[in-house]
Amino acid sequence: MDWGLITNVLSAAVIAGTPLLLVALGALVCERSGVLNLGLEGMMLMGAMAGFAAATVTGSLLGGVLMAMIAGIVMSMLFAFMAITLAANQYAAGLSLTIFGTGLSAFLGSGYVGSTVAGFERVAIPLLGDLPVLGRVLFQQDILVYLSFALAVGVYVLLNHSRAGLIIRAVGESPESANANGLKVLAVRYLAVGFGGAMAGLGGAYLSLAYTPMWSENMTAGRGWIALALVVFATWRPERLVLGAYLFGLASILHLVLQGFGWRISTELLAMLPYVVTILVLVLLSVNPMRTRLNTPLSLGQPYRPSR
Amino acid sequence: MMPSAVRLKLDSITKEYPGCRANDGVSLEIKAGEIHALLGENGAGKSTLMKVLYGVVQPDGGSIIWDGKPIQVESPAHARQLGIGMVFQHFALFETLTVAENIALGLPAYQSRDRAKLDATIREVSQRYGMALDPRRYVNTLSTGEQQRVEIVRCLIQESTLLILDEPTSVLTPQEVDTLFDTLRQLAAEGCSIVFISHKLREVRALCHTATVLRQGRVTGECRPADVSVDDIARLMVGNHTPLQTRVSAAEPGAPLMQVQELSHRTKDPFGTALRAINFDLRAGEILGIAGVAGNGQDELLRALSGEIRSAAQSVVLAGANIGNRSPGQRRKLGLAVVPEERLGRGAVPTLSLMHNTLLTAYHQGLLTGPWVRYGRVRELALRICDAFGVRSAGIHSPANSLSGGNLQKFILGREALQKPRVLVASHPTWGVDVGSAVAIHEALVELRDQGAAVLLISEDLDELYQLCTRIGAICAGRLSPLAPTSQVSIEQLGQWMAGEFESSDSEEAGHVAA
Repeated sequence: MDWGLITNVLSAAVIAGTPLLLVALGALVCERSGVLNLGLEGMMLMGAMAGFAAATVTGSLLGGVLMAMIAGIVMSMLFAFMAITLAANQYAAGLSLTIFGTGLSAFLGSGYVGSTVAGFERVAIPLLGDLPVLGRVLFQQDILVYLSFALAVGVYVLLNHSRAGLIIRAVGESPESANANGLKVLAVRYLAVGFGGAMAGLGGAYLSLAYTPMWSENMTAGRGWIALALVVFATWRPERLVLGAYLFGLASILHLVLQGFGWRISTELLAMLPYVVTILVLVLLSVNPMRTRLNTPLSLGQPYRPSR
Repeated sequence: MMPSAVRLKLDSITKEYPGCRANDGVSLEIKAGEIHALLGENGAGKSTLMKVLYGVVQPDGGSIIWDGKPIQVESPAHARQLGIGMVFQHFALFETLTVAENIALGLPAYQSRDRAKLDATIREVSQRYGMALDPRRYVNTLSTGEQQRVEIVRCLIQESTLLILDEPTSVLTPQEVDTLFDTLRQLAAEGCSIVFISHKLREVRALCHTATVLRQGRVTGECRPADVSVDDIARLMVGNHTPLQTRVSAAEPGAPLMQVQELSHRTKDPFGTALRAINFDLRAGEILGIAGVAGNGQDELLRALSGEIRSAAQSVVLAGANIGNRSPGQRRKLGLAVVPEERLGRGAVPTLSLMHNTLLTAYHQGLLTGPWVRYGRVRELALRICDAFGVRSAGIHSPANSLSGGNLQKFILGREALQKPRVLVASHPTWGVDVGSAVAIHEALVELRDQGAAVLLISEDLDELYQLCTRIGAICAGRLSPLAPTSQVSIEQLGQWMAGEFESSDSEEAGHVAA
């Protein structure tokens, strides 16, 4: 392998990891507030479809991205109403959202199957883009990739260095204590779920407007579920999530590369590679139970009903 | 010093829950600088009343008058703006955050933005009231006593003028209780009003200026605790028909039934406590008491004895058999019975009926034929338990979680006692149980003892331990203190043991505490 190939593979790994990173960052914030939203896949699909449709109709890629995020938020509010206001079972509400989103996106998007838009182009950042290897890998990408860098840093700072992050973590650990401390548990959870929805929509838009600029039914192919697993294996820490998302991206590219080299390994085994590698690395990283426990939202998945 | 202005007046507060009237026209009055006791049994309505006052729930009727003005407390946040601070029995703290972060969450944003200044304020306030605290430590690394300090310091920084403490002494050693009382007296002298919720009458007499007694949601009396006897207050709390105390005859201990030798356990749970080289003998016909502040290894000890934690075979010996590596079921067959601390979830399956819960531990009492359950016998045994131990329920088909704490505990203890165990291990058997049920549970323990069983009683209730136990000791940080006949152990001595001040047999071990 020469440097050119390695650079190309790493660059493709970042692109493959970006939709996962976007969705998982949203899910991480949402879960840190104690809400488990299994509807990621459905929200992503709605985002991908709405984004593509809006971009086709208006001719504006940014308009598409905006529409995708709105679609994600609308879907997440549907979930929030069930899981937060009505205190329904979060697992059931999330699953139904995925099923609903899959069906609805296929129905509303049927007219756009086969059409194309010009997707996001790579934009090199001056100076940084000229760096050897790293420049090509990190700084000759499309603007949504740069946006995902900013969002990853933003989520890290939000959770670890801001009062809002403190409040989110507190609500996620113990909504009862948070209420006793005068925090507005339901409002915090609504906002966190909404952020998760917007990010899922954005992740979907990345697929349909940058990764493969087109719309096809069920085009997320399970990425919502992988993002969900990434958050758990990253032990709810944004810095590990970045690592996990790119690792998954790399492994999923690698299996294509290896196939290209004509390695005689069954394609089914190779297709397993991304999952095995990512899970293994993240599990090895989370051997310190104390750190894990400090970051795990203890009330995750439990509906909170304020007493009256 | 006698307080003057009325700070808070509650007038005929009524709060109704489905099926129960938790507060029925409760009125009381608290002056500035007054320490006011709110007394009553579990379920008397103390907690509900304080939740109304703190804005957690809204009253159905009655009015709250604060500094002369009628108010409605909308939410805890509103209560705190008014100057009402509350220290919950189950602390409203976040374990995964630091002390400073916990306190910051309760303050308005402008007060918590400058972390260095907040740290300094925390240090200053905590030192002024004799409650040293390090603002940078994570709450899960603090002892329960220290966690309580965080709650109190939080209220003080919020400049509360009324401080509500819900059963604050239940988690403290006797020495820590003294420190807390000094702090509270200092606060009261500075003009802060304090509501002290308790059912420990001696403490109320030592600390409080005035007291209001609740029973079944109503005020049954008001008094100056210093002027009346403990029995008088107790009568107001429980009514005239309940015996106040078990009469305990002298024990006649026999041969050792269970030996625990060098029992150690390294915990995998980062919040758990390791057991370190525990040794003791448990004799037939005695009740051995183990005191201690919660979280010092009591739960691990119970699990190691019950078989939920396995250890080396010879570290637990029951009637000559090495059982340290046996399963809970095998241990039960050898005559070991266990009453764990959590009634729902460990002592009983919450959603199963009493009849099925009978089967849970008593299945080898002839209730099975091969793989088949003999429901006739199960029913008979369940009825016998309820009858013999006065379990009040809607029948043996009602689920365990429909019973009150006291009744369920009587059922669980009865289930174990009727199996005629050789050794009974019970943890906090009367925690959160009404006085009447507590007396029944105590009597059952003494009766087992008199029948020749060995009883190990793990408890945080020192009155209970002194009343029942033949010998007594304490557990601290996973190590067991010396054991001595109860009559020879002063409460000061026991307090020192609970704080870990005793010669340990594994002094070289004590150096490297698990991280």
